[in-house]
Amino acid sequence: MLEIKNLHARVEDREILKGFDLTVKAGEVHAIMGPNGSGKSTLSRVLAGHPGYQVTAGTVTYQGKNLLELSAEARARAGVFMAFQYPTEIPGVSNAYFLRAALNAVRAERGLPEMDAMEFLEMLKAKMKALEMDSSFASRPVNEGFSGGEKKRNEILQMDVLEPSLAILDETDSGLDIDALRTVSEGVNLLRSPERAMIVVTHYQRLLSYIVPDFVHVLLDGKIVKSGKRELALELEEKGYDWIRTAGTAGAGAH
Amino acid sequence: MDEAKEIINREYKYGFVSPIESESIPRGLSEDVVRLISAKKNEPAFMLEWRLNAYRTWLKMKEPRWQNVHYPPVDFQDVIYYSAPKSQKDGPKSLDEVDKEILDTYKKLGIPLDEQKRLAGVAVDAVFDSVSVATTFKETLRKAGVIFCSFSEAVREHPDLIKKYLGSVVPVSDNFYAALNAAVFSDGSFCYIPKGVRCPMELSTYFRINAADTGQFERTLIVAEEDSFVSYLEGCTAPIRDKNQLHAAVVELVALKGAQIKYATVQNWYAGDKEGRGGIYNFVTKRGKCAGERAKISWTQVETGSAITWKYPSVILQGDHSVGEFYSVALVNNRQQADTGTKMIHIGKNTSSTIISKGISAGRGQNTYRGLVKILKRAEGAQNYTQCDSLLIGDQCSATTFPYIEVENKTAKVEHEATTSKISSDQLFYCQSRAISAENAVSMIVNGFCKEVFNHLPMEFAVEATKLLGVSLEGSVG
Repeated sequence: MLEIKNLHARVEDREILKGFDLTVKAGEVHAIMGPNGSGKSTLSRVLAGHPGYQVTAGTVTYQGKNLLELSAEARARAGVFMAFQYPTEIPGVSNAYFLRAALNAVRAERGLPEMDAMEFLEMLKAKMKALEMDSSFASRPVNEGFSGGEKKRNEILQMDVLEPSLAILDETDSGLDIDALRTVSEGVNLLRSPERAMIVVTHYQRLLSYIVPDFVHVLLDGKIVKSGKRELALELEEKGYDWIRTAGTAGAGAH
Repeated sequence: MDEAKEIINREYKYGFVSPIESESIPRGLSEDVVRLISAKKNEPAFMLEWRLNAYRTWLKMKEPRWQNVHYPPVDFQDVIYYSAPKSQKDGPKSLDEVDKEILDTYKKLGIPLDEQKRLAGVAVDAVFDSVSVATTFKETLRKAGVIFCSFSEAVREHPDLIKKYLGSVVPVSDNFYAALNAAVFSDGSFCYIPKGVRCPMELSTYFRINAADTGQFERTLIVAEEDSFVSYLEGCTAPIRDKNQLHAAVVELVALKGAQIKYATVQNWYAGDKEGRGGIYNFVTKRGKCAGERAKISWTQVETGSAITWKYPSVILQGDHSVGEFYSVALVNNRQQADTGTKMIHIGKNTSSTIISKGISAGRGQNTYRGLVKILKRAEGAQNYTQCDSLLIGDQCSATTFPYIEVENKTAKVEHEATTSKISSDQLFYCQSRAISAENAVSMIVNGFCKEVFNHLPMEFAVEATKLLGVSLEGSVG
């Protein structure tokens, strides 16, 4: 589904991704772990098509298409979804209105008819209930006045509504207390399916206790230095990123 | 916000010119021109006297320069002060007599003039250049006792009402452009709602400037007798011209005891091109007087057009417990300039006023809110709430706020809130990453920003206003 080869990307004058490789198949959940500044968020934003990041080398192929040629909007229509680490507030625009506009843009791409407001609201409320969100969130302005946990829940709700093929969760666990973490993770787990791939970007192992990945990759200084199964995350938790740093040279060389 | 730079400008939709033969008088202004206009309209002597007095007052006045807008001096001798569609010399007796070209023009504008629109329940007085073309629904209104006609007709048919109320809210000497208007105004609308009558339909005037180099100086007067109610809407468009055209209108509202007037404007005069060539100078004086107790006047304006908009729809709160409201959306894009706001003058006891102003600046537009809340000595218990929000799109536009508050009574309560925000690249990216285009994102955010004002427009015009904002903003994201 997704193949990233030798990806180099910069923001302003700073090179952040320096030869990133990753292959993700449908149905798989990949965790990208790394310390602050390793390039985790850059990776998420580059994949989502943030205009502030410049790709200087490498390729990203998504469902056989050159993803890098597509605008952010076209990527979203093609089924790429990023759950933001810091979801943006949009005052004056209701959550339901926003989400319906998004869904209908995606449906148009998929050749489906527009969903009318009534049908949409019914669907939305059911999904909100599953995520333990109060139905008042439908009429509140997008993310405005939401707590950190509410914002993250709202991101998962959007993912649930838009049914992406590829979901990138950018530090979805940051700022969540343990209860919120559980609810959000349960929401994500419900969306795991053989047709859908996920990339879970996180600093900490704890999220991966709830969203159990198929593969774990360690990102250091802009590239993956070590890959493994779920156990790698536990090992990291125990030994810290310094362990990889010292042992990392060999791992990177082998890559 | 580079990602949205490519959104292109759509042409001004109402920029067509109708090939109608029109009769104009020579350029320039003099006492003779004033006499000529009055004669062409077969006005009674009192009207001519009023005009001449206004003209002489105007001669002594200076063009004001305190406003926060910039334009080269207007050559008042280069303006044509009267233009009428030729075939209309004797005035139409019914819709059938109206020139087909004019009707087609109105159809293009989508304004409710013909039978099919009758269902919409809107009575329209359409002012085309200087002459009022046709007023629909006269019969229905007459049954309710409502007078709704062109100003010229009112001068002939209802001289007593005109004599009593004309200039009673905006006196001839009020300001430079009001004086000019009083001297040369060519037509406009008059509306009278008798005591206790709720006007059975929305009233509407449609203004359109068609002829080149013509100034439009219309005058609207609405009188609501005790305990009556009227809702009124005006809309404006003009063809694309590369020269600036002057529009100096005056609107006077009088609400007597317990009466309510709702006045809404959707102003979409030609704004000029991207470089600021052409466009309408929209210099307008609008004022209402709550003359009796519990009277209520509410102004709603959506200002998206004109090269320069300069106006302050105001309310004089004379009657005790009277209420004044001002809801405004002013949008500037490209090189447009706006200096607009309101004045709420609290004279009576327990008067209250609300001001909600939403300014949107895009392109290289300059948007100024200027408002005065004045609480006079005897206005015991007066209250005002002002909310003044500015939204910036891009980094070459500006928003300025001049709120003036003068309070002479200690019991008064005045609240003022103001915010300035910017559509951020983060917001656009967020929307785009949810498959929503930058253009739709901007219009979604702008409409959200304006919601409080749109809620005060009649339903169908709220829809129109939403569309208008979308069109006016095209090319603004960059």
